[in-house]
Amino acid sequence: MIDPLSVAADVLVAAVGIATPLALAATGETIAERSGVVNLGIEGAMLFGALGGAIGATVAGPAAGLGAGMLAGVLVAALFAAVAIGAGADQIITGTAVTLASVGLTGTIYRKFYGPAGVGLSLPTLPPLPVPILSDTPLIGNALFVQPATTYLAVALIPLSWALLFRTRFGLALRAVGEDPSAARAAGIPVRPTRAVAVLLGGALAGLAGATLVLAQVGTFTERMTAGRGFIAIAIVVLGRWNPVGAGWAALLFGLATALQFALQAAGYKVPYQFFLMFPYLLTLLALAGAVGRVKAPAALGRNEGQR
Amino acid sequence: MRGNLRALGTGVAALAVGLLILAVGLQLAGYDAGAALAALWDGAFGSWRAFTGATLLRSVPLILIGLGFALALRGGALNIGAEGQFYAGAMAATWMGVHVGGWSPWLALPGVALAGVLGGALWMALPVLLKLRFGVLEVISTLLLNFVAESLVSWMVQGPMQEPSGIYPQSAPIVDAARLPVLPGTRLHVGFVVALMAAGVLAWIFARTWWGFRLRALGEGPRAAEVSGRVRPGRTIAVALFGSGALAGLAGAFEVSGVSYALYQNLSPGYGFTAIGVALLARLRPSAIVLTGIVFAALEAGAGAMQRDAGIPAVAVYVVEGVIILVLLLGDAAARRGVKQQAPATIVDGAG
Repeated sequence: MIDPLSVAADVLVAAVGIATPLALAATGETIAERSGVVNLGIEGAMLFGALGGAIGATVAGPAAGLGAGMLAGVLVAALFAAVAIGAGADQIITGTAVTLASVGLTGTIYRKFYGPAGVGLSLPTLPPLPVPILSDTPLIGNALFVQPATTYLAVALIPLSWALLFRTRFGLALRAVGEDPSAARAAGIPVRPTRAVAVLLGGALAGLAGATLVLAQVGTFTERMTAGRGFIAIAIVVLGRWNPVGAGWAALLFGLATALQFALQAAGYKVPYQFFLMFPYLLTLLALAGAVGRVKAPAALGRNEGQR
Repeated sequence: MRGNLRALGTGVAALAVGLLILAVGLQLAGYDAGAALAALWDGAFGSWRAFTGATLLRSVPLILIGLGFALALRGGALNIGAEGQFYAGAMAATWMGVHVGGWSPWLALPGVALAGVLGGALWMALPVLLKLRFGVLEVISTLLLNFVAESLVSWMVQGPMQEPSGIYPQSAPIVDAARLPVLPGTRLHVGFVVALMAAGVLAWIFARTWWGFRLRALGEGPRAAEVSGRVRPGRTIAVALFGSGALAGLAGAFEVSGVSYALYQNLSPGYGFTAIGVALLARLRPSAIVLTGIVFAALEAGAGAMQRDAGIPAVAVYVVEGVIILVLLLGDAAARRGVKQQAPATIVDGAG
């Protein structure tokens, strides 16, 4: 006897769990892209964050793992920033190269630390922290209020990033740099440093996302374990219309699609579950075409002209 | 000529830096770097068998996709969705290859290749439409479609195209007539020859045709090309992007009809991204892409041997690939700074 309500509640729990690292990474990438920088290297930053999280947690526990993951993400973002912003190289190609190198480095370091692949590494995962009373809400109680600390952190970071972007002087400067770097510079805003800070913030969140993936979701590190989640975060930024709040909802949609697919597979239904996986990407493409609301990218996104 | 020599110089330097970093890193990590590089070399070039059956065989998709990447980027467009186009081509080619029983190979083989070309080009249709109609960056749309293609392959091999027994997540094998012949005494299929020919054709287009000239004008300065009134940027870039997708699709078709003989998930170990390095290291020059395609293929072929014989993770070669690209980017940046004029539109900077 399957209780539909409890199945739905379970799917939601899984969806929020899957969405958490995606939301973290997408929030960071939203900040970077608002400053005019597309960082495909966040896939690499996430991967390094995952490895940093695993090593940190092995050495000094889960909290240290989250910190180490963030630090690793910042370092990867710094490499990207040095080449793409410092030297003014093409952002997309730099990001691709950073991700390639990260795949290689994390794989090599992991095998060095934990022996040849195949030796399973089992890490303690962060425990769910139930919020009293609220966690008893039917259907969504478990999904929203019985989650590990990282989920609450990801949720809290959404309004914080929104406020940073839209309610602070720094946010205004950051967005100005993303829309029209030449004008921003004329107004006395240092373009490259502003972009670098945005990218490093993005790297920190991508690293945290990777550590979250390891410490709150999977409980181990494997080679290439981010499996394109950094790129998914870039789709989420688009679907979220370059706004942290929108990115939060978009991340939840991607999480829901994946959770539903798992549930359907587990239940043994013969449905082409792959279409659930495709759906959010197709929706993002539609959004780009202007069919689902109006989407406008920062005008200087991906461009290095006018940096100095 | 001096430009060629310079390009060769920076290319060799980038490769050397990449390998040096690998060697130093491995030594620091406590591995025997000498043994690692020896194993890498052996796995890639150590024997005729390794050279043809491992290195050259892997170079086919890298050369084809690299040519496609160069074709688009010459016009200033970045196609980072070659993985998706590769899979679209592989799906179309597999469908064709399964259904051409009784055909002569003279018909079946071109049919399979054509299906791959069409599949890859078709996968590019949406990004082209989005770019021309809505100004959507092709970088984002082609990237998104990679994921759609992977899901589609996953569905195909467990659904409509699954092998008849319905047990394995793979397609039925393609018929014998649809399998590419191999060069005598090797495992290398004739797709390699086609890749060489494609490089020749592309070199000719870039260097000798009016269209190739317009494409380059577009890549070096879309505004200038448009203002001069001689280039219709939309149509030119659309053709380049379709060509780019078609080449990746052809790579997918050859992988099925020359190597795997069936459709699988994870048919591509990331060729679409590795090929970006191939094209950049070659400075987007078709003839050089043949060389750099073989170099990158050698790295990946040698990586397996390195893991087997020296116990070093095969993924370590991705560090080399990433470092090569970063060194080239930094070299270009330094050159731009040195010249101090308007950026000399080095191609790597082409997308602006």
